[in-house]
Amino acid sequence: MVNNFMLGETAWCPGCGNFSIREALAEALDELEYKPHEVLICSGIGQAAKIPHYLKVNGFNGLHGRALPPAIGARIANTRLKVIVESGDGDSYGEGGNHFIHNIRRNPDIAHFVHNNQVYGLTKGQASPTSDPGMKTGIQVSGVVHPAFNPLLTALAMGAGFVARCFSGEKEHLKETMKKALEFSGYALVDILQPCVSFNKVNTFGWYRKRVFFPELNALDDWSQAVKLSLQWGEKIPLGIFYNKPRPTFESSQKVLTGKALIDIPFEPKELSKIQEEFI
Amino acid sequence: MDVNILVGGAAGQGMDTVMNLLGKTLVRHGYEIIYTKDYMSRVRGGHNFSRLRIAAQTPWTPVNMIDILVALNEETYLNHISNLSPTGRIIFDPDSFSLPAEERRGLPVELLKLAKEHGGPVMANTVAVGALLVMIGLETGTTEKLLEEFFAGKEGIAEENINALKAGYKSASRKCDACFDLPAVKSDVKKLFIEGNQILGMSALASGCRFLSAYPMTPSTGIMNYLASKSGELPLVVEQAEDEIAAINMALGASYAGVRALTVTSGGGFSLMVEGLSLAGMTETPLVIIVAMRPGPATGLPTRTEQGDLSFVVSAGHGEFPRAVLSATSHEDAFYRLNKAFDLADRFQVPVIFLSDQNFADTHRSLEPFDFGRLTYNRYLVEENEINKPYKRYEITESGISPRALPGQYPGEVVLIDSDEHDEKGNIIEDAKTRNLMVEKRMRKLALLADEMDEPDLYGDTQPERLILGWGSTYGVLREAVDALSAAGIKTAMLHFSDLWPLPRRRLMSLLPHVKKSYCVENNAGGQLAALVRKETGIPVNRLILKYDGRSFMPDEIVREVERDGK
Ligand SMILES: Cc1ncc(C[n+]2csc(CCOP(=O)(O)OP(=O)(O)O)c2C)c(N)n1
Ligand code: SF4
Repeated sequence: MVNNFMLGETAWCPGCGNFSIREALAEALDELEYKPHEVLICSGIGQAAKIPHYLKVNGFNGLHGRALPPAIGARIANTRLKVIVESGDGDSYGEGGNHFIHNIRRNPDIAHFVHNNQVYGLTKGQASPTSDPGMKTGIQVSGVVHPAFNPLLTALAMGAGFVARCFSGEKEHLKETMKKALEFSGYALVDILQPCVSFNKVNTFGWYRKRVFFPELNALDDWSQAVKLSLQWGEKIPLGIFYNKPRPTFESSQKVLTGKALIDIPFEPKELSKIQEEFI
Repeated sequence: MDVNILVGGAAGQGMDTVMNLLGKTLVRHGYEIIYTKDYMSRVRGGHNFSRLRIAAQTPWTPVNMIDILVALNEETYLNHISNLSPTGRIIFDPDSFSLPAEERRGLPVELLKLAKEHGGPVMANTVAVGALLVMIGLETGTTEKLLEEFFAGKEGIAEENINALKAGYKSASRKCDACFDLPAVKSDVKKLFIEGNQILGMSALASGCRFLSAYPMTPSTGIMNYLASKSGELPLVVEQAEDEIAAINMALGASYAGVRALTVTSGGGFSLMVEGLSLAGMTETPLVIIVAMRPGPATGLPTRTEQGDLSFVVSAGHGEFPRAVLSATSHEDAFYRLNKAFDLADRFQVPVIFLSDQNFADTHRSLEPFDFGRLTYNRYLVEENEINKPYKRYEITESGISPRALPGQYPGEVVLIDSDEHDEKGNIIEDAKTRNLMVEKRMRKLALLADEMDEPDLYGDTQPERLILGWGSTYGVLREAVDALSAAGIKTAMLHFSDLWPLPRRRLMSLLPHVKKSYCVENNAGGQLAALVRKETGIPVNRLILKYDGRSFMPDEIVREVERDGK
């Protein structure tokens, strides 16, 4: 089957974990029958964030750490757009940490796919907020000393309605999870373990493969179970949708966003002249 | 006729209520007024005051002289008594402090006691308004009606306030029967009583702005408040962002996706937005940013005024890109000029910075209603039959302006924008040739923008010997200074800038070199407009008249400085 979304060459290193993420997303969008012009990917800066250039979609490839704010702005302007944010772990959890936290509270209808390679790829291998302690880099010369940031636990603690972890080496699972995230009403976080073959010599495909597993889940709206899974890291790393329980979205809190898209409402300045009457 | 009222007290005592009620009453009676605020960065206590000047013709600025001093606390009395005119009067509450025995201008009104009798202590302000009405010879009818409108739906409250108003009126009328009798004026013309921030908010709405994202920062917050109050009834979303970085990036996302978007802030917040400003430049995304200046650096004087950010906004951002900088001058002009800012942003696909300041933002005045028919609304989007397929967001054109389509607008076509240097389709490039083409394409717009800048307003003597340059909210004060200097026989004119960047030069070049002496009046310590003029024209201004204590100019300060050079 021809995929409507796959496009041209990439500038990623051969063997990089980003490739199957791109394919999974292209397939997910196709299978959900989106058309390229209906989809917007907002991204920041980094290897992962280059993805709007490698898919046929509308793209806002903005600033480092700043993928979420324009995504919300665009979503508010035009609710007909399917808005996706795609970026790296440094981008989403480091530089963009404040936006990450507050968008969970805001809960706009946006799917957020984080390529988590536990390292800064584009700037050549510095530690990221998710690097495991002990990892040595050109900057963390004696090894990372700070504990790793736990995005899933943070998202759950902030009240995110959809929280999942995937692995770039499990493409089918990734694609199916992406589809669920895309169809979820509200903010959906999918943290994707993505080996960086050039700079992360610790968390390799083999390292992840040895550890990842699909836990049995008895319910998707069991928050404490989700929290437990999000805390599990090390010898065994669970994959899957840990939590799926919609709550009211940002859009539903704004009357004007629930009918016509804002961009479709006609406008003529003269019609507004009565708004000055309150000052008479 | 000219009556100047100053009401002062601690923050939280509600000077605003007094002035809004009195101001609107006066405007409904047909008087021309201006009302300014001087307040501290605290919620309770301290010393705040407001001035209200009543005239038969447009008063452009408040003045130092006081005819009626309403002292809600003793500090107000002590701070301002030296400016009270010999015929002036002092309204004060004898229960909270007493005047010296020799002070005969006092008019004691038991504000708090009367307020408590008629509803509650919060109504002390309404009692004060009642007393003020007596002093200027107005009946309470119009104010009563206003109170009903104010508290519509909260029945008992309107009634209590009306009683408090009448009580103040009655109490004062025993002691003073119309101390400052205002002459009758035409009252059948409907005028607005409105402040700068509300004007900007209203202009944004009437310019088609549908999205505001901002992080609160005085003195810009009033714009956010105004727009938020309209977001329930009009197609508009106002979102309080988590920080200014988010605010500008959200606005850019909304603009990219197709609605006119705005963000507002003050210097400190704008500093955080600068990265996003540069993104607007690189991605050629239209955006209007209102920067309501306050004194800096850093947090500075949060509630005071300054014109300290001109140099900064003209050059803010990393890299080179075209932008326009316009400013809020007179209240009337600001309404139409912000519309121009939105138009320029869309037409040239550039960020436009609109400079306001606390002096403009917090000043209320009487005004003719605005002509909404004078506003333009054109989005300059490309039609489907005009695009080359596949669509190229950054198509190289002679003007530098690429055809702009919105994401999702044309089935089969996608819109890609990028902060990295890019090719015509928006894809990342690094080659030297494309880089040059793109830089040149963007920079070509600067010349077009320069053609759109309005020349500075020329006012005063047609053959001036002295020329005063100014910009932004000093418009009114400079007019009054020019009038006073002309009346004193000094041939003076002013050249007042509302569009600042690219700097319009025609009038400057034709006048500045030919006057005997030139002055630049600015609310800053560096003479930033003078520096810009010199940089752009090579012509120096002779003397700088600067003020950076956080307060706006008074006309006499400027007159005095100019007169120092002889008649
Ligand atoms: C404001 C700013 N700071 C720093 C950079 C440099 N920078 C580019 S990408 C990057 C880190 C990317 O790491 P990550 O988000 O994990 O993405 P990856 O490249 O690993 O996919 C940094 C620090 C930048 N472009 N902008
Ligand atoms: S540096 Fe790492 S993340 Fe970037 S493309 Fe290469 S392998 Fe992938």
